[in-house]
Amino acid sequence: MADQSLFLAVILFAIGTVGVLVRRNAIILFMCIELMLNAVNLAFVAFSRSVGIEGQVFVFFVMTVAAAEAAVGLAIIISIFRHLESVDVKDFNLLRG
Amino acid sequence: MTTLLWYIFAALAIGGGVGMVMGRQPVASLLSLVLTFFSLAAIYILLEAHFIAAVQIIVYAGAIMVLFLFVIMLLNLGHDYRADLRGLAWIVVGSVSAGVIGYMLSRALTTEGAIVDQGGAEMIDAALRNHNAVGAIALPMFRDYVVPFELTAVLLLVAMVGAVLLAKRRV
Amino acid sequence: MSFEPTLLWAILLLPLTGFVVNGLTAFLAPERKQIPTLVGPGVVAAAFVIALVNFFRMSGAEHLDPVIVSYWSWMPVGSLQIDAALQLDQLSILMTLIITGVGSLIHIFSIGYMKADPGYPRYFAYLNLFVFFMLVLVLGANFPVMFVGWEGVGLCSYLLIGFWFKDREKADAGKKAFIVNRIGDFGFLVAMFLIFTNLGSLDFRDVFAAAPEMFTYGAPVVTAITLFLFLGATGKSAQIPLYVWLPDAMAGPTPVSALIHAATMVTAGVYMVARANVLFALAPLSSTVVAFVGALTALFAATIGLAQNDIKKVLAYSTVSQLGYMFIGVGVGAYAAGVFHLMTHAFFKALLFLGAGAVIHAMHEAFHATHKDWDPQDMRNMGGLRRFMPITWITMWVATLAIAGIWPFAGFFSKDEIIWQAAVHAVGPYAGWAKLIWFMALAAAILTAVYMTRLMILTFHGENRSGKEEAKHLHEVPPVMWVPLAVLAVLSVVGGWVNVPHEIADLPVLGWIPTSEWLHHWLEPLTHTADAIIAGNLGELSDTAPVGGGAGAWAVISFVLAAVVIALTARTLLGRSYRPAHEAAPATGFLRVLQNKWYVDEIYDAIVVRPVIATSRFLWRYVDQLIIDGLVNGAAHLARGFGAIGSRLQTGQLNTYAFAVIIGVILLLGFVVL
Repeated sequence: MADQSLFLAVILFAIGTVGVLVRRNAIILFMCIELMLNAVNLAFVAFSRSVGIEGQVFVFFVMTVAAAEAAVGLAIIISIFRHLESVDVKDFNLLRG
Repeated sequence: MTTLLWYIFAALAIGGGVGMVMGRQPVASLLSLVLTFFSLAAIYILLEAHFIAAVQIIVYAGAIMVLFLFVIMLLNLGHDYRADLRGLAWIVVGSVSAGVIGYMLSRALTTEGAIVDQGGAEMIDAALRNHNAVGAIALPMFRDYVVPFELTAVLLLVAMVGAVLLAKRRV
Repeated sequence: MSFEPTLLWAILLLPLTGFVVNGLTAFLAPERKQIPTLVGPGVVAAAFVIALVNFFRMSGAEHLDPVIVSYWSWMPVGSLQIDAALQLDQLSILMTLIITGVGSLIHIFSIGYMKADPGYPRYFAYLNLFVFFMLVLVLGANFPVMFVGWEGVGLCSYLLIGFWFKDREKADAGKKAFIVNRIGDFGFLVAMFLIFTNLGSLDFRDVFAAAPEMFTYGAPVVTAITLFLFLGATGKSAQIPLYVWLPDAMAGPTPVSALIHAATMVTAGVYMVARANVLFALAPLSSTVVAFVGALTALFAATIGLAQNDIKKVLAYSTVSQLGYMFIGVGVGAYAAGVFHLMTHAFFKALLFLGAGAVIHAMHEAFHATHKDWDPQDMRNMGGLRRFMPITWITMWVATLAIAGIWPFAGFFSKDEIIWQAAVHAVGPYAGWAKLIWFMALAAAILTAVYMTRLMILTFHGENRSGKEEAKHLHEVPPVMWVPLAVLAVLSVVGGWVNVPHEIADLPVLGWIPTSEWLHHWLEPLTHTADAIIAGNLGELSDTAPVGGGAGAWAVISFVLAAVVIALTARTLLGRSYRPAHEAAPATGFLRVLQNKWYVDEIYDAIVVRPVIATSRFLWRYVDQLIIDGLVNGAAHLARGFGAIGSRLQTGQLNTYAFAVIIGVILLLGFVVL
């Protein structure tokens, strides 16, 4: 069951990757990243079945980082939205050369 | 029985993920993602990670997803039904990239010697027996990983300050 | 017991202090004229007193080796060790006395001359600075220190020629002097490099001690060194081919012309050759070149002086000509004679210039009073000034007789000695040249008498041509101006008596002044090495002139010749009637060529200035703008082109960046898995 969970993690990670590449809504991009992080969490938990409880400790840390990232990221999105009236990353083109 | 449950939840998790990526409205995507998170919590329980499962529901499906929901509602998104998918070329490119990554990861996992059982399951069982679900994870966290733990506390504080500053209208 | 100089540093620091004080006055309170009036001449006079004390103590000392005082290490670079050092010896104290002595008189004269000028404090600041640098030049104990002074006096000369810089022509004259001097300075620098590479030192003492052992007589290296040194001298001392700046330098205030362009700075080249006498003695070819260029300049400038109408221009060409004499002296190997003429010339030429300054001052005030726009420097507008300015008239006649070589005035002794020395050195491989030089010097002496008499007759004798109204305003200059004239007149008489050769003392009548080859003996410690080299290689010197006759005979001949020429010129010119400048007919024929200075400026313009401008324009248009700017701009365009390509990668689209990250992930996984 732990081995199958690893493959489930791979599938979820791939889904997240597709989402990051094909969606343009900044909030959904964030959700995709959350999904990828969860895929990693799942992999950690699955590995903890073979290496011990430390795998679960790392999940805890990943969750903290994910929470911090979501908070800051969403604040940035709000800030951008105030300027551009949009959350479409197509409009975030200040870096264009 | 547990194997059957695992498959059901795995299917639900994948379905939620696909639904999130395909969803036309942000709220629909978000709810699909919540479904995925719940399914993952269930899988964590099946993998005997009870504490993680609880945190998954409380923090992820609860706090973070609600935050997302708030933002979506705050910005009043969702009325615009225009698909925000990129062009077909990007869909192909994205799918191929994801496929390659998936293939490579799978191959890495199936390589001989990639996963070595060091008796983790037995250790977790023992820990759960001796210290119950919270104690099993609390012991290594506050004994071996206390410095990273404190650092995450600092990280959260910084993130909080940053989020407040960024989201404020005028500093 | 070795000699300890008294307050040597003060001689230098006093004029520098004067410069600072006057310079600050010029900036802060230019209307406070009493400060520069006191400080300007005061510091120079104080320096003169200190120099005089040192001089008398040196005269009393028994063993007089050059005293070298090293103040600090200036350029210690590997084997090149240059100290900021001063050298006090017989030659430098003599030059110091001339500079500070004549300098003080000219400073005092300037009080009257520049009285009404708004730039009064600035003028004295420059003049003090000049004296400082000139003293650095003559007191320096090595070539670099001397060069500092050399450049410094060039700077002050530039500043003072262009003193009235609002006048375009005068500012240009300053620039001309500066640029022409640069050519000479190049020669000086190359000479220094050669000396250092060959002798390993630049200190006078070491160089002159090592040179006779290092170089054989007439060695190519020492010839090259001395020729480059002489190139430097031709720039500073206005010799052919670099003399052209000096006549233009008359654009400056007249006391400046007296101090810088007659008495001191322009003699720096002569001083330098005299100082490096050992090197020049070792290079007979260079010495002959020096003497021949000197003779050529003496004759050439004298011919131009014949036809000039501007009183200062006549004196300027006269200065060029007299400097030529000094170079004849140091060129033929009679270093003491060259320095002797340098000294007497400082007296009588300063007097002539100050006298001309007094005349111009009076003419200017007269024309100014009646608002007449005539040129106050044109001698054709003068005439008959002896009635109005008797003191100036008498003192200038003294100077004229001195420069023309009339016994017993100073110029007779010094100039006659140079001509005679050219004659007696007509032995050895370059004897033919020496004879030619002797003849040219004699011819130039006759011309000197002619043009100086012409100047005096035109200015002071005959009818007054300045106009009836103007004549009422003509008057003698105030005492602050004529007292220096009187002092210099006395010096112009007795200045030559310090070096009366025994040949003249043996003559009847002319021998009234007792023999006193004092200067000769005084400078002997510095020239004996060179004298020995010359004596050892040239052999016995001639004791008769090239056409026969001894020293005494030729002294009488040159005296009589000069007197006769003066008398004839005066008689001829007094018989003519002159018209003021604006009524005068333009000169014709040969006179016109002379009046236009042999068209040398025009020739230089055609063969030097224009090609340089054309080359510069070519370099600017094509080499600089096209090639160099093209390369620089091309590099910039190249960078911008690459940047444009690079910036295409920056789409600004988040997905693209995410894709780049994913590509990276795939690559990393590829390394792990495959």
